[in-house]
Amino acid sequence: MTSLSLKDVSKSYGTVEVLRNINLEIEPGELIVFVGPSGCGKSTLLRMIAGLERITGGTLEIGDMVVNDVPPAQRGIAMVFQSYALYPHMTVYDNMAFALKLAGKSKDEIDTAVRAAADRLQLTQYLDRLPKALSGGQRQRVAIGRSIVRDPKVFLFDEPLSNLDAALRVATRIEIAQLKESMPESTMIYVTHDQVEAMTLASRIVVLHGGDVEQFGAPLELYERPANTFVAQFIGSPAMNLIEATVKVAGGQTSVVMTDGGHADVPIASTDADVGKTVKLGVRPEDLVLTESDDYLVTADVEIVEALGETTVLYFKAQNGNPGLIAKLPGIHEIKRGTKVRLTAAEEKLHLFDADGKSFLYR
Amino acid sequence: MASIAGKKSGLTWAVQISVAALVLLWLFPTVGLFVSSFRTADQISSSGWWAALFPAEQNEVYRASDPDDTRVADGDNFVVTGNIFEGDPREIRSWGVSSRDVSAYQPGETAEMKDGETLTLESDGNYVWRGDDKQLSGRGQRIFITATVPPDFTTGNYETILLSGSGQDNMAKAFFNTLTVTIPATIIPIVVAAFAAYALAWMEFPGRALLIAAVVGFLVVPLQLALIPLLRLHLEIGIGKGYLGVWLAHTAFGMPLAVYLLRNYMVGLPRDIIENAKVDGATDFQIFTKIILPLSFPALASFAIFQFLWTWNDLLVAKVFLIDSTGSTTVMTNQIVELLGTRGGNWEILATAAFVSIAVPLIVFFAMQRYLVRGLLAGSVK
Amino acid sequence: MLTENPAVLGLLTIVIGVGGCLGYFYFSNLILDKLIFPASGPKAGSNINRANMVRPWLFLFPAIFALTLYLAYPVFETLRLSLTDRDQGGAFVGLANYHQMMAEPKFWEAVQNNMLWLIIVPAASTAFGLLVAQLTDRIKWGNLAKSLIFMPMAISFVGASVIFKLIYDTRPADQNQIGVLNAVWLRFDGGIGSVLFLQVLPSLVLLAFAGIVAYVAWIFARGIVAKGEDKSVWLLPLRLFVAVAGLWLIWTSLSSLLGIWTTQLPYGEPQTWLTIPLWNSFLLMVVLIWIQTGFAMVILSAALRGIPEETVEAAIIDGANPFQVFFRIKVPQIMGTIVVVWTTITLTVLKVFDIVFAMTNGQWETQVLANYMYDKLFRANDWGVGSASAIIIMVLVTPILVWNVYNARKEMK
Repeated sequence: MTSLSLKDVSKSYGTVEVLRNINLEIEPGELIVFVGPSGCGKSTLLRMIAGLERITGGTLEIGDMVVNDVPPAQRGIAMVFQSYALYPHMTVYDNMAFALKLAGKSKDEIDTAVRAAADRLQLTQYLDRLPKALSGGQRQRVAIGRSIVRDPKVFLFDEPLSNLDAALRVATRIEIAQLKESMPESTMIYVTHDQVEAMTLASRIVVLHGGDVEQFGAPLELYERPANTFVAQFIGSPAMNLIEATVKVAGGQTSVVMTDGGHADVPIASTDADVGKTVKLGVRPEDLVLTESDDYLVTADVEIVEALGETTVLYFKAQNGNPGLIAKLPGIHEIKRGTKVRLTAAEEKLHLFDADGKSFLYR
Repeated sequence: MASIAGKKSGLTWAVQISVAALVLLWLFPTVGLFVSSFRTADQISSSGWWAALFPAEQNEVYRASDPDDTRVADGDNFVVTGNIFEGDPREIRSWGVSSRDVSAYQPGETAEMKDGETLTLESDGNYVWRGDDKQLSGRGQRIFITATVPPDFTTGNYETILLSGSGQDNMAKAFFNTLTVTIPATIIPIVVAAFAAYALAWMEFPGRALLIAAVVGFLVVPLQLALIPLLRLHLEIGIGKGYLGVWLAHTAFGMPLAVYLLRNYMVGLPRDIIENAKVDGATDFQIFTKIILPLSFPALASFAIFQFLWTWNDLLVAKVFLIDSTGSTTVMTNQIVELLGTRGGNWEILATAAFVSIAVPLIVFFAMQRYLVRGLLAGSVK
Repeated sequence: MLTENPAVLGLLTIVIGVGGCLGYFYFSNLILDKLIFPASGPKAGSNINRANMVRPWLFLFPAIFALTLYLAYPVFETLRLSLTDRDQGGAFVGLANYHQMMAEPKFWEAVQNNMLWLIIVPAASTAFGLLVAQLTDRIKWGNLAKSLIFMPMAISFVGASVIFKLIYDTRPADQNQIGVLNAVWLRFDGGIGSVLFLQVLPSLVLLAFAGIVAYVAWIFARGIVAKGEDKSVWLLPLRLFVAVAGLWLIWTSLSSLLGIWTTQLPYGEPQTWLTIPLWNSFLLMVVLIWIQTGFAMVILSAALRGIPEETVEAAIIDGANPFQVFFRIKVPQIMGTIVVVWTTITLTVLKVFDIVFAMTNGQWETQVLANYMYDKLFRANDWGVGSASAIIIMVLVTPILVWNVYNARKEMK
């Protein structure tokens, strides 16, 4: 049972800051996912926790011990790399045994640990093979097995699924989830750029963007209560629509009007200072519905219709100061290109962001 | 490129023929040396080596046996019979009894000589020489034959060069001297360079880029510059001329290429593997010996071949740092150069000696060509 | 004594050398980690970092030591020696050695020959290498052919010298020739075949050569006057140099063309090839070309394979014939590699010693710089002039050195 604590951790290469004052408190037994677009610093942060990158500011504690200057091997961590990083000249057995041998464990101890891990990951019959004789999924399991064998305090995963094909990715994702189930006491940190992996695996998600933590919370919290427009658009697919609006009435409930005459009463509190300000009204494509009534959010011209059977995705022209909106409607809809439609959504599904992109919920 | 159906044959044939011609042209010199090393001195000096591959027409002179000892009476006359080939038969094409016309007769014909004596020669070399008492006296009759000789090769030259020859003709000692120079001079630089290459590839430290640039610069420094200062140095610190000096020199001269090749290879190894080893608890020394060295085998092999060929074939470094006035530490290249001076016409010795010295590199070349090519591709500065 | 046997000594050296190296690396790391900066106690973290600052230098030390002592130091020491006189006890004599060397006709002969070697050997080896690489690219037994043409790379210069001395061998006129060159030569009798092979064919080769030189020189020279080209100061001397060298080469080849048709050839007489000035230099170059073509071929062949197939296919669709595909699509794409091959062979040429030493030892006007230097150093025992000529070689190498270092640094960024 190990907790992790990052206090004002930052990283700079010369004058270039890639991570700024990261503060995270990770509870024992959690599975934390770092997610963000490429270049957001998520891998760097993971490598700093692993000890592969020097921490240039702040402190990192693993289990109440400051480990800033402790070499990787002594931090009690194990890491699974994107490329698996299997030693190509060693058999599966030797790959899994390598760390234990270096640690000076006895032969019997090593053998027991390796066989237990191999058994758990159905690798027993491949123990004598070289990595090149394994399939992608098997290699992935060896990489995981190699980390299990060490019985670490913290598991680190660096985009472990991105080298697998789509079908295998789903299967392996489920395996990792099961692995976590079976080891409830071990803490795991998992880096990915794929929000589906993040949503399905994480107990809590860290959304990183441009070297800053945008939001740290449970998956559905990020979906339902995004802290800003970045998180709002990063989590969920297709991304959340953001519609220009002006605040009309403030209070426990905020009334906004759109440029094309649409209006909404959003059950989110605001202050009188907001009245007259331009804000962004957020609504997820799957929350939008077609309506005939005058009580609509926006009107838009249909540009492309993607009929998937299960859902129908409508892409609208960019107009009225809004970028092209997207609506994802359940079932089949007969709608032609160029049709002008009215769209609305349940009021409790609406989000409000100020001009800086910050959510009204977190003010 | 000309793979459009139906259009290809003409050009392809022209290509095939030109390549075949080029390959033959390139092989021809070496084959000449190889063939010559299996011929006797007489064969080499009497005909070109290319003639040795086919049955040759050869003119030879024999003499009938001494009539005073072997003639037998036959009526009024005497007869000498015998066989001109003493256990070394030839196939006689034509023959004669005068040096002015060596192919006057066919086998089985009878030559009538000016003074009335006759000689009959069969194709198997049996002859019958008739004449009176005066005619069949003195020395035996000369018989000129034109014969076809099958290709004839001998391994005698190799016996001389490797085993029985004396003095300069014997290469056995030089062969072992060359081996003695080559093996340590190949292995030691690999170890030294591999550590340096690892540091230059995977360790962060100030001045790294400068060092790499320096190595690239040292790649092209002509070793001619090093001769005098180092010879002086060796003499001053007491190494003098000898194996130790030549090993040190070869180790150092091979160092730039070794570091350059190995670093280029190591820097291409996946970073993840090395980091994973760090996470697994390996020290730099363990990463090097347990991960980097096994994975760098192709590059190590490439360099080993380069260094082996270079030290085995070297003349200059050996002449300057190894071979002293006693000559007991001579290497094969040096001995061949000396043979060229003293035995310049004795091709049977020269060709065999040269072939002994190039045989080992050729074997290494054909056995490990893959690594050599890979090393060449990595080693030429891009 | 057991250690007097060179084989035992050799084995011992391997054990001591390799064991010593490994031991040095192992124990120096151990001492660093356990004694100087132990990774435990209150300062564990900073100690580890400090140890990691020192460690690279532990790994590098033996190699740096060897490079400095055996390559860097001699460059400066040779420079110093070239300015001193051994007979005067190493007194500083300024440029006297250089003056003395410049006054020697043998030195200028060596320089002149070296220039010929520098132009012809890299050009011929690269051209042959490119030819073979292209021709073998698509045929089934291409790898075998390449392997056989590559083979001379494994043969020592000395071995190759013996091989070619046999080819150039001369016997008196009334004996069978055992050298191929004379045997072939005696086949020519001044008839139509001789005219075809010894006058028409060489004329065509010379004309083609002059044409290629003119084309290359024009490409370079054009930049001096044309607009829109890179007009940096660095390129101007290069362009001028190439243009002048090109004009000189064209002049030389055209005058040789005239020579081919005016000279009376001594048909029917066996020639002692290695004693005919100028011709003998060419015959020595053949040896090096024979060896280096394989090298050029291997590298260029890999470069040709690296060309994206699509560019060739696009050219064929655009209507290019095989020759146009080769010269206008493939060759421009591997130009960088051709330059690398060319410079690498140039370096080999500058250092070539064994071939001249073994075949003519610089007699009959075949001297080259490397052999000249050896002569001065170890025959005449004149260290001053010997070092001065070594410095000349170094000066000739320096442009390539600078170019290589420049490229290597560019590549690392």
